[in-house]
Amino acid sequence: MIRRSLWGVVAWIAGIVFVFPVIWMVLTAFKQENAAATNPPTWFFTPTLDQFALVFDRNMTPFLLNSLMASLFSTLIVVLLATPAAYALSLRPVAKWSDSLFFFISTKMMPAVAAFLPVYLLVKHLGMLDNVWTMVILYTSMNLPLAVWMMRSFLLEVPREVLEAGEVDGASLITSIRKIILPIVSPGLAATALICFIFSWNEFFLALNLTATNASTAPIFLVGFISSEGAFLARLCAAATIVSLPVLIAGWVAQNKLVRGLSMGAVK
Amino acid sequence: MGKSRIAVAAAAACALALSACSGAGTSDNASSSDGGAQEITVLMVGNPQMEDIQKLTADNFTKQTGITVKYTILPENELRDKVTQDVANQGGQYDVVTIGAYEVPIWSKNGWLHELSTQMDADTAYDKADLLKPMVTVASGEDGKMYGAPFYGESSLLMYNKEMFAAKGLTMPERPTWEQVADLAAKVDDKAGGVAGICLRGLPGWGEGVASLTTIVNTYGGTWFEKDWTPKLNAPEFKEATKFYVDLARAHGEPGVAQSGFTECLNIFSQGKSAMWYDATSAAGTVEDPNASKVAGKVGYVYAPVNKTKYSGWLWSWDWAMPKTTKKADASWKFISWATSKDYEQLVGKELGWSRVPAGKRTSTYSIPEYKDSAKAFADITLDSIANADPANPGLQPRPATGVQFVAIPEFQDLGTKVSQEIAAALTGRKTVDQALDESQKLAEAVAKNYK
Repeated sequence: MIRRSLWGVVAWIAGIVFVFPVIWMVLTAFKQENAAATNPPTWFFTPTLDQFALVFDRNMTPFLLNSLMASLFSTLIVVLLATPAAYALSLRPVAKWSDSLFFFISTKMMPAVAAFLPVYLLVKHLGMLDNVWTMVILYTSMNLPLAVWMMRSFLLEVPREVLEAGEVDGASLITSIRKIILPIVSPGLAATALICFIFSWNEFFLALNLTATNASTAPIFLVGFISSEGAFLARLCAAATIVSLPVLIAGWVAQNKLVRGLSMGAVK
Repeated sequence: MGKSRIAVAAAAACALALSACSGAGTSDNASSSDGGAQEITVLMVGNPQMEDIQKLTADNFTKQTGITVKYTILPENELRDKVTQDVANQGGQYDVVTIGAYEVPIWSKNGWLHELSTQMDADTAYDKADLLKPMVTVASGEDGKMYGAPFYGESSLLMYNKEMFAAKGLTMPERPTWEQVADLAAKVDDKAGGVAGICLRGLPGWGEGVASLTTIVNTYGGTWFEKDWTPKLNAPEFKEATKFYVDLARAHGEPGVAQSGFTECLNIFSQGKSAMWYDATSAAGTVEDPNASKVAGKVGYVYAPVNKTKYSGWLWSWDWAMPKTTKKADASWKFISWATSKDYEQLVGKELGWSRVPAGKRTSTYSIPEYKDSAKAFADITLDSIANADPANPGLQPRPATGVQFVAIPEFQDLGTKVSQEIAAALTGRKTVDQALDESQKLAEAVAKNYK
């Protein structure tokens, strides 16, 4: 009993340590600039919404819409492509499936910046610079390998016996996908989708270099608050708080499935 | 469960439809405006003066001209990369960009920028003769034509906390020497009370620690390069200045001086944790803002400290420039001339407050009574420091390239940053000043080879 509560304390401490920067960001967002970077830190202050007003002054809606569009569409495409691919690499393995699995992951081995110049030139020649659809395509390809691997490990959790039993009862492929596989892997699907959404939402490097005025995403809006002249910490925290809200909401909506999904591969 | 799933799906579908419209809408705008030149795109840094213009554009500039302005804000380094990339690849994504005094000579030489002299001269209402001469010099290319239109300018000055000085019975001369400043720093230093004698920039970076140090080097008679590109980083004058700066910072500077740049110093000084601060004149605006500073109204301003020269303030300006790749030169010039006009200064003063006027570029600004009143503590010193900064010879010898606190060559970003890392090693005591400067000299010699 004592041992369990001890572990509980450790878990709580670890949790708070990880969440602390986020809490501090939210707290700072409600400060005036002169209380944002004091030494020692200011814990008690009169909260103000001034910084949020300044952030909304800068017209952040287009940035948020661009981010939403790039993240949602790419996540949707990734899930639609990754699930059948993972199926063909796990439950009904194609010939040389392990090779193609490694081909997928090998695209993640090179840092994005190393492949960036050809990507930039290609995008430029296609006249697709500063276009949200470019970001949709790039985020799809960026997340696809990861999603294939994740979905594969979830599909492997589907017991063979259940599938075979379905087949014996005369279930077609469509039926066994709908009635057997999907219900079992839906937590995994949610976890995969959320991770893809978060990665696309937070992506900075490609967005910085490939968008200009029409297709810029939320992270680009954020760095605009970093100024070489003047105080900006409280405002930056306010903007960062707003930008992290959608991800927080998405995570909260999928919370139940996520806990199951993320621990799915772990319980073996 | 079934219902909530449908609700989530419906919400997602709505969001998709909404964002699809907006995405399509924005790209339509961009293509339809090509012919009419009714929309221009502006890339700028997020300094307070740029935030102000963003607020004022729609109700004033767009109303008068019918030209909409789309702003993108990026930090300095990202902006530099972005413009370089766009111009070098003929991307043409931006019609107007903000550039600093450092970029003007380099980018104009590369043929990346439109010259602006022709339009400025043709427009009598613009009153080009009103622009401060050093501002014109730093916004001009090698051919003498202007490639940037100054938006606001700055020099450097010494700020001090009047309360702390009064408490110790000290007085600050209007034109201090660095020796006097070091004496005062020793007297006012209160380590036990958590107050540093003086705040100095020490953060590595060509635009950070190097800026402060180079003005000290200038006034001690040193230079980075002689006229024939001979590097002088371990010459006696450069060494004397660097030793003075390192000793002062180590003895009476703020804690963690090697990690302190403009932003950190601003925080330290405006929290009342330092008695003096040597930095940009543009800092005064934030220091005097009660929402951002606890020392507003308690600060005195004097000239940048000197040793062998009469003045030693630096010179910087943020300019509006037009990349060669723009297809909307006329509309862009309309914007630039509006943003840098006398009328715009009046507009800012009346709408947002006189302390926020983008000053330091026009002589006439300093005869606006309301501005003089709001900035009386530092306006005259700023004007005089800018007017007396000589970017061609900021110290005791002529220079091969322009720049007071920098050398306007492409290699300087890298060289300046590396040298400042050496100096930071001296500030933290990992190296002696002699070692740091001998290393720096080698780096400078490698750069000088490209020019000899």
